[in-house]
Amino acid sequence: MAKLIGRRRRYDDISASIREHLEERTEELMEEGHSRQRAEQQARREFGNPTVVEQRSREAWQWQRVETLFADVRFALRRLARSPGFTVTLLLTLAIGIGANTSVFTVLDSVLLKPLAYPDSDRLVALHLNAPGAGGLSSFESGLALSPSMYFTFSEHNRSFSSLGVWFSMLTNLTGVAKPEQVKTVGISSGVLETLEIPPALGRWFNATDQDPRGSKTAMLSYGCWMRRFGGDPTVIGRTIQVDAQPREIVGVMPRGFRVVDQNFDLLLPLAFDPVNEQLAPFFLNGVARLKPGVTVAQADDDVQRLVGVWMDSWSNGPGSNPHWYEHWKITPALRPLKAQVVGNVSGILWVVMATIGLVMLIACTNVANLLLVRAESRHHELAIRSALGAGRARIARELLLESVLLGLIGGILSVGVAWAGLLMLIAAGPTNLPRLSEIALDARSLGFTLLLAVFSGLFFGAIPAWKYARSRTSLVLGSGSRTASAGRERQHSRKVLVVAQVAMALVLLVSALLMIRTFIALRHVNPGFADAARVQTLRISIPTSLIADPVMVLRTENEIADQIRAIPGVTRVGLAGAVPMEGIDPNWDQIIVEGKNYAGTEPPLRMFNYVAPGFFQTMGTRLIAGRDFNWDDVYGLRNNIIVSEGFARESWGSAAAAIGQRVKHMSDMPWQQVIGVVEDVRSKGVEAPAPATIYWPAMIKNPYTPDHKPDADWLRPAIFAVHSSRAGTESFVAQVQQAVWKVNANLPVASLRTMQDIYGQSMARTSFTLTMLALAGGMALALSIIGIYGVISYSVSQRTREIGIRLALGAQRSALRWMFVRSALTLTLAGVAIGITIAAVLTQLMRSLLFAISPLDPFTYLTVPLVLAGAATVASYLPAQRAAAVNPVESLRAE
Amino acid sequence: MAKDPEQRDLFPGALEIMILQSLRVKPMHGYALVKHIRLVSDDLLQVEEGSLYPALQRMLREGWLEAETGTSAKGRPTRIYRVTEAGVCHLEQEVVSFERMFAGIKRVLAIATPQEA
Repeated sequence: MAKLIGRRRRYDDISASIREHLEERTEELMEEGHSRQRAEQQARREFGNPTVVEQRSREAWQWQRVETLFADVRFALRRLARSPGFTVTLLLTLAIGIGANTSVFTVLDSVLLKPLAYPDSDRLVALHLNAPGAGGLSSFESGLALSPSMYFTFSEHNRSFSSLGVWFSMLTNLTGVAKPEQVKTVGISSGVLETLEIPPALGRWFNATDQDPRGSKTAMLSYGCWMRRFGGDPTVIGRTIQVDAQPREIVGVMPRGFRVVDQNFDLLLPLAFDPVNEQLAPFFLNGVARLKPGVTVAQADDDVQRLVGVWMDSWSNGPGSNPHWYEHWKITPALRPLKAQVVGNVSGILWVVMATIGLVMLIACTNVANLLLVRAESRHHELAIRSALGAGRARIARELLLESVLLGLIGGILSVGVAWAGLLMLIAAGPTNLPRLSEIALDARSLGFTLLLAVFSGLFFGAIPAWKYARSRTSLVLGSGSRTASAGRERQHSRKVLVVAQVAMALVLLVSALLMIRTFIALRHVNPGFADAARVQTLRISIPTSLIADPVMVLRTENEIADQIRAIPGVTRVGLAGAVPMEGIDPNWDQIIVEGKNYAGTEPPLRMFNYVAPGFFQTMGTRLIAGRDFNWDDVYGLRNNIIVSEGFARESWGSAAAAIGQRVKHMSDMPWQQVIGVVEDVRSKGVEAPAPATIYWPAMIKNPYTPDHKPDADWLRPAIFAVHSSRAGTESFVAQVQQAVWKVNANLPVASLRTMQDIYGQSMARTSFTLTMLALAGGMALALSIIGIYGVISYSVSQRTREIGIRLALGAQRSALRWMFVRSALTLTLAGVAIGITIAAVLTQLMRSLLFAISPLDPFTYLTVPLVLAGAATVASYLPAQRAAAVNPVESLRAE
Repeated sequence: MAKDPEQRDLFPGALEIMILQSLRVKPMHGYALVKHIRLVSDDLLQVEEGSLYPALQRMLREGWLEAETGTSAKGRPTRIYRVTEAGVCHLEQEVVSFERMFAGIKRVLAIATPQEA
């Protein structure tokens, strides 16, 4: 700045010097006897052009490139301001295009690219085990969960980890503070906090005493829970709360934003396993570990592989069991970076959305390039004259590029607002289980992306006119500009190429969108195995052992609650079970032995178990195909009756009807269970996943996992109630349900109040989100290409008015003229379609995993989209063609 | 000023040396500088005004010269240019390299051409 002020003085100095120079010379000449006027003339002639000299003297003080750049920028801005309609159209297109890209990039960056919010997070791994032999207990997505005994073995004997811990999430009843509430809770072993390395905001971590089953009973709070339940009171440390009716002392508060891997929580509880009681099973824990410096994931994998052997050698499942039985499961470690675990399967969708939006941006850029070409066309003469006067190609190209980069930058600035709004929309519309949702924010990286995109798109759409006009021959341009009847072929060529590219890209997007729409429709047509989802209210009630120990009392209490709910006006049916479909909670998976079936040395496969009370199927609308439902005598009488899913019945006995009266057994020391009913298949894992073969146990059974097989209703301690009512989901209804529960026991919180429709919708969230994004992008692409085609045809009509006039004067039919323009649009569209189909056929293979019951080469889609595009092209070109046909030949020729 | 074939234009480095040397003798304003060089060189060297003023500005920027407000011989306000320490230093370096160049040119020219031999 100081330099600029100094410069002003320098310039004045130069002027003063030159003025004095001229005057002194003039005076000298006058002394030689010339008249003043002559002397002045003479002095000036000798000096040369003072303005030029002054200008060149000033240049010594200028950073010349920048100065001319500024001049060019000012010139470009003036030029843009002179055609506001054009400028606003371009800027809006760019702002929306760049903004949409920025918001998707922000989500992508926060979710997929940025490291997790733990120190040295690249050394964190999830202890993921594959167990292809474990059936439904292990899935590709979540792998095989760890057992407490595995935790003991792994943490004591590993050589690869500096720390290791296990955790699992649950729901607990928090009482003793205001009204009872069911809160999200994560149980953690020692090693979890040490691995994640986030210090508490207040108090301390759990210590060894807390993790001792006979030690003190403690809990930690999340920042959110601390704020919400305790108003951020720092004296909360040392206070006692009731968790599942057990008093626990608060020892610490974790800082804001802290999560256990991907779990938000209110409470942290120490797991406090007792090695004395542990066996090989059960498997329900997630493992997280921090690699020692320099240890690779592959090395850690080998280490854990060795530990699986150690684990089978060191533990058993009780006397007489074979600890190496788990070799059937083929447990292999597949440790993955913790980030991969957190991000899960969302990366596919995000990349598809990013690619989609990027493609829309590309289409928008071609449109902008097209508009700029039109503009450059109108400056053709100016540019040609300048080039004839000696302006270099580089100079002209630079000026055109500068204008487009400037447009890109202004568009980029405007796009920040669009990106911000888009981000809010994306977060609201995105899958609710989007990981790292709270970390998503418009930050410096996003803004950097915006800037890059703005500059690159500016260069991209500016390069086409710049390249074209900077190299055009002066003579050619000046010659052809005014004399020929129509614009040269050359001038239309690049605009046509752009339109073809645009149509091709639009086709790809529309094909993807239509494939998703067809997937969605196909999903909607799948029978999920329950009915009337919008009228089924679900709620979860947990009765901890510390509150009611006796299983019969648990069921009686739940029955009482069901009766109270049934008394609410508008309620038609009430049922309860261990789980409802699609909620992502499986009560149990285990082996079932079918009587008379020869397993020939192999293990019977694992089946999904659910535990249901009489009336549950009827409430859910799950049809009974054969036999009957349980009744309460079956439940309380511990009769060995069982209901199976249709799929299981067909697989085992050929048909549903044949299943009735057949017998199955859970474990060798358990009695045979008689099949009394067969219900239709339920898509419990989501609409797109096949229905798992399911065994339905009565609400109370003899516990096969305890040595004395005492009666147990543990699987209905957290029970899901299903309530069929036309008022389901309304606020007043939910309040009444809550009151009904509290009439029975005021210490029971009601949680997970959702209708089956919510749960069903959530399970389709991934598809509907992708669908929405692709449909939006496809719609935008279609609109942009219509504008593109319209623009090109309309421009060519305006350029060829004279030619049209001559044609008409020579007797051309108006309909033939119309067809001429529509045909040229259709030719471009067909070329675009042909290229687009080829690209789409390749690209859609990438979204195969998102499709359901539709091939990526679905013929319907590949027929419909080109037809739609051709229709759109016809409409877009018909309007300008109509204008061409309406040309008055006399006037168009007189316009010369 | 009509071009006199006897007068030679100066090449860029040479102009700077002339200016520095002239101003080292006495601080001057632009017009005086032109006159001084012509006078001293017996009209053999002609400084073009079109080159002089840009050159002066370049040299100001390099810090070889300083400009101060002064009055011309006719008593009108103008800018007087003065050589700085750095300017003297630069001048001496340039003079040495010029002398070396001239010596080289002289030696080349001293070789007789074959025809004359």
